[in-house]
Amino acid sequence: MAQAVHIVVCAGIVPDPLQTLEPVTGPTGPGLKNEMVLPAVLDPWAASALYEAGALAAKNPGSKVWLVSLGPKAKLQQVMMTVAQKVSFELVPVEGPIGGFPDAHSTAAVLTEAIEAIAGLDRSKCLLFGGWESASRGAGVTLQLIGERLGITEQFQGVDQIDLREDGSFEVLERVEGGKHQVSVCSTTPAVLGWATGNLAEPRNNPQVGMANMRTIMPALAKANVAKLEANGLRYISASQPKQQRETRVEKNMTPDEIAAELAAWIGAE
Amino acid sequence: MESILVLTHVDETGSALSKASLEAVTAGKELAAQLSATLAIGIIGSASALNAVAATGARLLAVESEAFTQARYSSDAAAAEALCRTAQASIVIAPSSSRFSRIAAGVAHRLGGFIDTHITALSGASGIEATRWFYRQRIEAVVSRDTRPWFLLVDAGTQIAYAGEAAAASVEQVVVEAPRSRTTVTGVRAPEQGQQTIRPDAKMLFVAGAGWTKKQPDGQIHTAEAAELIMGFLKSASASLGSSKSLVDQGGEGNSVLPFLTHMNQIGQTGATPRHAKGLSTCCHGEEPHVVGWRFIGDRRAISLDPNCGWTRGKADVVYIADAFAVTAKLNALLQASKS
Repeated sequence: MAQAVHIVVCAGIVPDPLQTLEPVTGPTGPGLKNEMVLPAVLDPWAASALYEAGALAAKNPGSKVWLVSLGPKAKLQQVMMTVAQKVSFELVPVEGPIGGFPDAHSTAAVLTEAIEAIAGLDRSKCLLFGGWESASRGAGVTLQLIGERLGITEQFQGVDQIDLREDGSFEVLERVEGGKHQVSVCSTTPAVLGWATGNLAEPRNNPQVGMANMRTIMPALAKANVAKLEANGLRYISASQPKQQRETRVEKNMTPDEIAAELAAWIGAE
Repeated sequence: MESILVLTHVDETGSALSKASLEAVTAGKELAAQLSATLAIGIIGSASALNAVAATGARLLAVESEAFTQARYSSDAAAAEALCRTAQASIVIAPSSSRFSRIAAGVAHRLGGFIDTHITALSGASGIEATRWFYRQRIEAVVSRDTRPWFLLVDAGTQIAYAGEAAAASVEQVVVEAPRSRTTVTGVRAPEQGQQTIRPDAKMLFVAGAGWTKKQPDGQIHTAEAAELIMGFLKSASASLGSSKSLVDQGGEGNSVLPFLTHMNQIGQTGATPRHAKGLSTCCHGEEPHVVGWRFIGDRRAISLDPNCGWTRGKADVVYIADAFAVTAKLNALLQASKS
């Protein structure tokens, strides 16, 4: 018999990766130039976690997915217009600053409070999902910290696969060095899973799912609590773009033989 | 005065320190010297592995009972917490290995401390300053913290591995009660395709883009030939294989795919940012989401049919406007001839 699980997905929003990012320093530290007008997307690895959560919930009747996200309401609403069409979930929004520069410990504290306040969440059945790193801060620590705060001591990072078994145990594949996976079996929930890419393609947009989700998303956004993030002693000495513009030599008229010879010499050179 | 603890673990042999651990030892030793701080080195695993760092003169600590051999959260976090408490560390340096990346934040929280990860440089010249990247290697920042304990996870490949004379080390055993764990590590699995194409220690990174599985001038797709050429290059040049997201994603969309590629090969915004001395990109457009994964590649060359591709705009050192099928076939022949 399938196991019903309660899956909480923590997912931030990040600037669309095609945008140019330029750091600026404000009164509270660094941020991005024109941050509020940059198009945003759901963090890619967290999106993998959401898609995996949706697939897992669909395979296990009685399961439910919550999406917990911290960010400015307007940005959350914009991103949800797309994300809501992919997977059925209930949004738990928290209004707060966007971006990679706030301290992860503060973010974790805020998200933990939001999770603890979820009505109907059975923490004994909980799988806490998220990206193993974000495309903003990219520290890979927020999910762990939330897990610790919630008292969950079975944690996995760089997850590409979970197989939930009928007895309630599950097998997890975590990325380790050298392109390999560590295989673990956890006897029961709860657990924390920080996802890498997983194995699922991005689900197609389903307007019916979107309409059902939006019925709860808009009221949730209207009621979102406002969070203030503490710096926790974190100070930024500098933040700058790398100066890595290269003087590119473009070869348009070399034959394959000439290119191969040049590359072979280049590869062989120390 | 700061008290620095370097956390280490053994490699897959179970008896020697991992290379990333030895790099963390270098970082800790240098920072301790700059700050006139005390230095301790702790290990989860075989205490005898610390013989390799006996010459550092550091205090050496170990948690090595059977219950702590598996790389899992509950037991590793308990062991690391005990090592930190025993050392009374104000600064904890550890490698950004999969084993310590899994637990370090949790341990920092248990100790009332804070953590910063993916550190690429450390300086103690005017207080402790740590350099790391934000937004997937697109913004570099230097940070500091007043709060302690401060955990710093150092990225692999950013330090020289410590290589002092090995000696019989005097190691203090730290006794930890094994926590109840619901997790059992059952093994390690290589990608299903069977051929290991990810080689972090390789000098050369070869990146395959989606063009390899697109229609060629004859109007046909030549996936099998592409696979053979790419594998041939990897063998001849002892290279590691990376891929663009679009090429890997084709597998999930039912398209013709290269049989040895997995998401673990992915380089870029949603993939890895490996460190190799040289990188050769083929059949890839070189736009920003992909190129952020090349931040730590030294010499970069690309083969592309598109003279306006991203690589030509200051992102590669040399771009050859050519057919990667033809060039790679010739290149493989040359590399194989030079080997024999």
